[in-house]
Amino acid sequence: MGVTALLDERLDSLWETPRTIMGALTTVDHKTLGKRYLITAFIFLCLGGIEAAIMRAQLARPGEHLLSAEAYNQLFSMHGTTMMFLYAAPVLSGFSNYFVPLLVGSRDLAYPRLNAFSYWIFLFAGVFLYSSFLVGAAPNGGWFNYVPLTTRPFDPGINIDFYNIALIFLSVSTTVGAINFIVTILRMRAPGMTLGRMPIYLWSTLSTSAVILFSIPALTGACLMLELDRRLGTHFFDPNGGGSSLLWQHLFWSFGHPWVYVVVLPGFGIVSMALPVFARRRLAAFEYVAMSTVAIAIIGFGVWAHHMFAVGLPTVGMGFFSAASMIIVLPSGISVTAWLLTSWTGRPVYTTSYLFILGFIVIFVIGD
Amino acid sequence: MNQLPGGIPNMLAPRGTAAQHLATLGWVLIVISIIVLILVLIALLVPLARERHSDVQDEPGYNAREHKFVLMVGAAIPALILLGVFLYSMKDIGLWESGSNSTPDIEVTGHQFWWEVRYPKLGIHTANEIYIPSGTRVKIALMSSDVIHSFWVPQLHGKLDLIPGRVNRFWIEADSAGKYRGECAEFCGAQHAHMDFTVVAVPKGEFSRWVQAQQKPAAPPADPAAVEGRRAFQFAGCAYCHTVNGNGAAGRVGPDLTHFASRLTIGAGMMPNTRGALAGWVVGAQHLKPGIRMPDVTMSGAELQAVLAYLEGLR
Repeated sequence: MGVTALLDERLDSLWETPRTIMGALTTVDHKTLGKRYLITAFIFLCLGGIEAAIMRAQLARPGEHLLSAEAYNQLFSMHGTTMMFLYAAPVLSGFSNYFVPLLVGSRDLAYPRLNAFSYWIFLFAGVFLYSSFLVGAAPNGGWFNYVPLTTRPFDPGINIDFYNIALIFLSVSTTVGAINFIVTILRMRAPGMTLGRMPIYLWSTLSTSAVILFSIPALTGACLMLELDRRLGTHFFDPNGGGSSLLWQHLFWSFGHPWVYVVVLPGFGIVSMALPVFARRRLAAFEYVAMSTVAIAIIGFGVWAHHMFAVGLPTVGMGFFSAASMIIVLPSGISVTAWLLTSWTGRPVYTTSYLFILGFIVIFVIGD
Repeated sequence: MNQLPGGIPNMLAPRGTAAQHLATLGWVLIVISIIVLILVLIALLVPLARERHSDVQDEPGYNAREHKFVLMVGAAIPALILLGVFLYSMKDIGLWESGSNSTPDIEVTGHQFWWEVRYPKLGIHTANEIYIPSGTRVKIALMSSDVIHSFWVPQLHGKLDLIPGRVNRFWIEADSAGKYRGECAEFCGAQHAHMDFTVVAVPKGEFSRWVQAQQKPAAPPADPAAVEGRRAFQFAGCAYCHTVNGNGAAGRVGPDLTHFASRLTIGAGMMPNTRGALAGWVVGAQHLKPGIRMPDVTMSGAELQAVLAYLEGLR
């Protein structure tokens, strides 16, 4: 047996996925896992949509009695949690899983097994969260889960425990995924692909992963503290025991606002790469778009308290967070202007895909 | 719903200084946003209408003109606009200054799912209704006994939260007499949607008359039915939770009922204060508003009629 054949054999035994059930369960292939992320996230999107449809039916006219107040509260909490944690971030993880190794020119992500681990934990956390419906105790404190409403005296059931535990598992999955992308992008690029020549989508994924790494601990910590409060009698969030009922909001939003950019930046990256294809020219001002991606990721950590303007902040604090919230518009403005310039100076072909991108830009401008 | 006092709480139909400023600020921002959106739409749609046959020069490398354009149009010009918007909005930040830490005119305490209202300087204790003299800035202290609620009268001011363990200071002012609907603006549990209140702004003279009436203890029962009603009220356990000043009931869990019959609504803005609604409320509160602390009270029809007569006499 020649050396080549030996190498082939070793390669196969390491990388080939056997076409068996066991093989399907143990695969570490990034394309397979990426597609699974996309499909799983899409199923959760449908579930979230069904929840929204039921809520709209309840709201179709005043005084409708389709749902009890408690059922309604569970539905909107699950809808929000599903859309933020089980759809928006994982669907983008799916794209990154599939495309990042292809874009950097590597065989797979840096830690393929960790990647599989990340997917299975995500699936488990989602199924666990949804199993709460089986016992009629889905989370009912909103996706923001504010204390003290979610502490044990006001919510003695196991609803909030489902929320805390599912989110702790999800944060493990997301953190592991972020580390995987960062290492892959920083260490496994094809020879000659300097950071400056890196496709824009990799800038998005890199920024997003960094944001995840630094924002998720606040959420994990908050959920852990709340679970300790609920089940072991600690007083992190109990003002009568020296805790603070505002602490949760600071922790949650110092995770939650950066999370907005976790959800939007990969979308920016996709648009920045797809739009030039249909406009038939390169992306205008590539360097600025890349830099604006990084700037959004960084400034995104300085605006969390604009979710808390009604809690009674000092006016100086409100002024600061108001200014920061306006400053973060500027990098987004750079990206949007670069897209507009690309389409204006290009020779666009108006395919459905291109119109879809234009729709994204319009909706983003309205929403931002 | 709209037959309840206060009508539609429309923040774009302001009736107080603060709300007026906020509505104006809102309109300015909306108009600027729409102008920006129209410009973006034009930039997107013009290439759509344009025929382009010539090959565009798409040379790789750094294009200084394009970079400059993106920096100017994408960041520099928006920065100037936003600076203007920021300075313009900061002129209204004073609306959230509560002034001093002096005794507030009114203390509002949030409960699941109703509003306790006290006038510390006047010794008045009521619920779900805030009487204020029109044209006067009224200082309010906001507190909570359980979870976080948020105080919002859209036609008079913005929102401010009621947070357990903290006191938030606020103020409201109504330009003219009228009833203004307020609501809880922070999800606070099962009956969050039914946690409304009414701000009743009245001219100064009328306000003084209201104060005098509220400061009196409850009227003693006037007729035999009401006397019997007071007995049934005590016997059924109502007094464990409700205060009726001067009539021996001193519970602190539920709303003070000393001048209950003067109020506009039952169940924190849920229903008008009529005899029929009240009867349903007394015996079936858990059915009407599941999750509140008031139980369904068991009593005979005759007892219920007596209690209704008693409560209707508490003017």
